[in-house]
Amino acid sequence: MTTSAILQAINGTSLAALLFLLASGFTLTFGLMRVVNMAHGAYYLLGGYIGLSLAERTGSFAVAIVGGGASIVVLGYLIDRFLIRHTGDNHLAQVLLTVGVAFIIGDVALAIWGGDALKVPVPPFLRGAMELPGGLVYPTYRFVLILFGVFVGAVLWVLYRKTQIGAVVRAGVDDREQVSATGIDVDRLFVLVSAVASFLAGMAGVVGGAFLALYPGAEWEILVVALVVVIVGGLGSLEGAMVGALIVGLLDAYGRWLLPEFSYFVLFGPMAVLLLVRPRGIFGRES
Amino acid sequence: MSEPLLSVREIHTYYGDSYVLQGVSLDLHEGRIVAILGRNGMGKTTLIRSVAGLTPPREGDVIFKGRSLRGQPPYAIAQQGMAIVPQGRRIFRSLSVRENLLLPTSRLARPSGAAAADGQRKVWDLDEVLKEFPQLAERIDHPGAALSGGEQQMLAVGRALMANPDLILMDEPSEGLAPRLVQQIEEIMKNVREHGHAILLVEQNFALAMAVADFIYVVASGRFVFHGTPQELWGAAEILDHHLGVSGGGP
Repeated sequence: MTTSAILQAINGTSLAALLFLLASGFTLTFGLMRVVNMAHGAYYLLGGYIGLSLAERTGSFAVAIVGGGASIVVLGYLIDRFLIRHTGDNHLAQVLLTVGVAFIIGDVALAIWGGDALKVPVPPFLRGAMELPGGLVYPTYRFVLILFGVFVGAVLWVLYRKTQIGAVVRAGVDDREQVSATGIDVDRLFVLVSAVASFLAGMAGVVGGAFLALYPGAEWEILVVALVVVIVGGLGSLEGAMVGALIVGLLDAYGRWLLPEFSYFVLFGPMAVLLLVRPRGIFGRES
Repeated sequence: MSEPLLSVREIHTYYGDSYVLQGVSLDLHEGRIVAILGRNGMGKTTLIRSVAGLTPPREGDVIFKGRSLRGQPPYAIAQQGMAIVPQGRRIFRSLSVRENLLLPTSRLARPSGAAAADGQRKVWDLDEVLKEFPQLAERIDHPGAALSGGEQQMLAVGRALMANPDLILMDEPSEGLAPRLVQQIEEIMKNVREHGHAILLVEQNFALAMAVADFIYVVASGRFVFHGTPQELWGAAEILDHHLGVSGGGP
């Protein structure tokens, strides 16, 4: 019983690491530009597929991760520049537009990679299981994923909290107009933040596609859970994405284990209760 | 007289559907303070926003350092040497005092590297600003949200100075401040003028505007109904009485 409980905690934490990669980009682009990009799940799936093809061609997981992320940076830029920019502050238009973009990406991916569930091959040293302190045996890949998530989170946090460019982004989240009146081109800043978000989403697809598999519809499943992370943590907050990912990851793992029939309720029930108490999420602020 | 630093020419500005500025013109020379007086809702803030490019005029032109600002986005206008101390201070609440002050020095705000500093004028950096506002030095690592109203106003002025602008636009800096702090704002503005910066001040506080301004415009319903020196304004009893609610009769 306790061993299972601990294993579920590790399961939940490794899912949290993956969700954080996806949710952090979503929350920062929303915080800075109030852009709701529902294609984030499709970015995840497409990044994963591209990573899969790269891994099969080159045999390198690192190339897959970087290539999957980089290709989504290019795609994300084009979609921002030529589609989303025209929607201004109209959130409904953004949602409809980006949902449409997500469907197109999903169809193109279906045509190229087919309808079967595919897994990104991982290098031999990440395969199999490892022994954790206390005699627990756990899949190596998912354990390393936790370390990777913590590493990416730490890098993002230092960039966001401790550098001047991070201060400019935080200022933009506070008061975009005043940032531009200070002489800073917020649109250019957004290109940078959006590129980071796209890279993280594409990279998450490769990393996640190695254990959750890639298949048509996976983009919506992951998007819904990532949105719960963002809403629970508080839109626009990096710390919120971290804490939200951990909460959602653990709820999902324990929900599937203890109440498998109600696993969706275990996810959405607490979110509804939290929103009653804190409508803006844990780290959300009045705007 | 030399070319004005800022020349507003016959601008018409709309805020949504309402026709706020109905053809106003003004000149401001280097190292001077020009004040716009008027009651609430007469278009004072809109004038500041028009000059800064935040609410661009639909007609007319704003000339800054001899160049038209028409069609330029706010960040490009700011980079040419204009800083704003906005109404309500608009401190970046989640940034520390230090981060607030350093924001205008970011490379993103000065793509060309070195702006400002034309030789004789004082160069404002973090040390100089903290010398001018010692109360900010004590709270340098506090978040902007934790400051009092007076401290936020000092921070807003300090942030503007960090850009080393030729022109500072100030929108009701005395709003909500205790008389002692209004006094301090007055001293700071005179001091800033000493250092060669021009100020376009928009105020409801009659005494403050009269004390610092070299030249005054009175705005009513989107038009200027008076322009002249503070002495001349003292003589314009009808303007004082009708548009500013002050009874005339000399200082």
